[in-house]
Amino acid sequence: MRKSMKQGIIAAIAAVGLSTTAMAADTLTLAGLGGKVQEDLTKTLFKPAAEKVGVELRGESHDGLAAVRVQVQSGAPGWDVAHLGAEDCAIGAAEGLFEPIDYSVVNADGIPERARGKDWVGTNTYSVVLAWRTDKYGDNPPKDWKDFWNVEKFPGRRAMSVYPQEMMEISLLGDGVPRDQVYPLDTKRSLAAIAKIKPNISVWWSSGAQSAQLLKDGEVDMEAIWGSRIAGVIADGAPVKFTYQDGVIGFGCVAILKGTKHLAEAQKLVANIVSPEIQARIPTMMGYYGPANQKAFEVGKFPPEVLAQSNQSPENAAKQVIMQPTWWAEHMQDVQEDFKNLITQ
Amino acid sequence: MTMTLDHPGTLPAAAPNADALQRQGARERRALASLTLPGAALIFVVLILPIGWLFWQSFFGAAGQPTLENYARMLKPVYVRTFVTTFEVSGLVTLACVLLGYPVAYLLAQLPERLAGLLMIFVILPFWTSVLVRTYAWLVLLQRTGIINTWLVDAGLISEPLPLVHNMLGVVIGMVHVMLPFLILPLYASMRAIDPVYMRAAANCGATPAQAFRQVFLPLSLPGLAAGVGLVFVLCLGFYVTPALLGGGRVSMWAMQIADNISVYGNWGAASSLGVVLLIVTGIILYAFKRLFRTENFGGTR
Repeated sequence: MRKSMKQGIIAAIAAVGLSTTAMAADTLTLAGLGGKVQEDLTKTLFKPAAEKVGVELRGESHDGLAAVRVQVQSGAPGWDVAHLGAEDCAIGAAEGLFEPIDYSVVNADGIPERARGKDWVGTNTYSVVLAWRTDKYGDNPPKDWKDFWNVEKFPGRRAMSVYPQEMMEISLLGDGVPRDQVYPLDTKRSLAAIAKIKPNISVWWSSGAQSAQLLKDGEVDMEAIWGSRIAGVIADGAPVKFTYQDGVIGFGCVAILKGTKHLAEAQKLVANIVSPEIQARIPTMMGYYGPANQKAFEVGKFPPEVLAQSNQSPENAAKQVIMQPTWWAEHMQDVQEDFKNLITQ
Repeated sequence: MTMTLDHPGTLPAAAPNADALQRQGARERRALASLTLPGAALIFVVLILPIGWLFWQSFFGAAGQPTLENYARMLKPVYVRTFVTTFEVSGLVTLACVLLGYPVAYLLAQLPERLAGLLMIFVILPFWTSVLVRTYAWLVLLQRTGIINTWLVDAGLISEPLPLVHNMLGVVIGMVHVMLPFLILPLYASMRAIDPVYMRAAANCGATPAQAFRQVFLPLSLPGLAAGVGLVFVLCLGFYVTPALLGGGRVSMWAMQIADNISVYGNWGAASSLGVVLLIVTGIILYAFKRLFRTENFGGTR
């Protein structure tokens, strides 16, 4: 009895060993930030791209750049490709965590320059938007960040994110800086504007789920929130509306981890993820998100209601600011501490 | 000792005998001590070594160069504030736990063992739910449109909802809920060990119940209380999820700062230096506490 069990265990270990070696040949591991976003991105982008390359795709999740750093520092990363926020891609690239993107394989024609680097490329966009409770503001809602900053005309409780990314941008817009002059960020002016609105910020949210719950339960009256999170709130029947006016378009991105054993396949996977054909799946499959590749709108045909929803449709994109990940990569350390110092006071 | 009693006639040979006894005693102590070797080795490998490594790393910068910048950074206002907040919150939570937990432990200790065991289930019950779920549950209760505020407003007791959460108060409430069992359990154990005869003796000597409690029961329960206080205080210092969600972004504790440093700075030293400082300051506080209350079995109860 005991012996047979031991044999069984040895056989099982051998089988696992065999299957992993078999997998290693044609399996790519892609690690993302997890949750529903990764589920959706896998369905919309990663899986079809892997099918085109002819490899199996294994999904893993991480909680940010620190985890990617550990993988690379180990010398033998367990992941081939990582999906991150673009500012993290830019920071990781500066730290030398990634393999260069082979732009002879990856055609980046339709991807704006801000949304790619030597070592990374944008895969999707999201927007930080202004959302409000219609039961509070009725027919006279706030229209842009200037109204968000105008507490006399628009009294009410507000919420912003605890992370400085995008919050610094909207504070400048709220302070009257035109959209095309937001970068390079005037950090002094931005922090001063945030100090001004601080007494009216009831909550600084630290997770997407929390930001959605605040608005849904009416804990706050208006909020800077990820457009993708609004979808669920509105679908739940909460009296909430939002505008793309003065929104900040940020990017998700992919990068290939330094030391991967499947560099050629990984380049091909990335090339397919950002190809216009696969990018064109985003507007219909992931409402409120947008493709990073603008050519997706040339390739795909979308009904008007889909275009009205997508943050990246030409009409909506024109109202927004495109985030500059490289600025954040350079200034994150100082800005992060100053911002936090301000909001925890 | 027993040898000399067993052989009272060998008194002149006592000196060499004592020597032999001493040698044997030392041998026995060594043999017994060697039994702890596996445990000591485990503690060395999983505790001492990593902490030493943490300490070592904190003196290196992003490019691997030896530096003190990881420590110099802590003079920035955000670090100072976060550090002070951490001890402030931990102190408040510990105090609240003592005020709430002592009467509960006392009640449990007075009840018949069977009934106390039954009630103890309610003390331990929170352990069975995830911290995240409990934290979100507090949001539902405490927020502006939450159950408590809605009731109070509907009852006409208040006109404006009270700010119960997204501030220090919310953090303390959430953390007390998590920490209370850690105070009650060691306290209850030490109260159970107090012989009820002492209280009867005090009454016999003419003490009022209040006097008997204050002069007899309270001092005897202090070791258990100190153990609970130490446990709660130290555990509070490392809190992350509860303050992040219930603090509304305003209450930032040291653990959150460590997490920020790991993600923002490309080197482990930036985070490990924070860990080192917390460890040292906590050690100093616990030592001071121990001297202050002269508790010998601090951190554990017999």
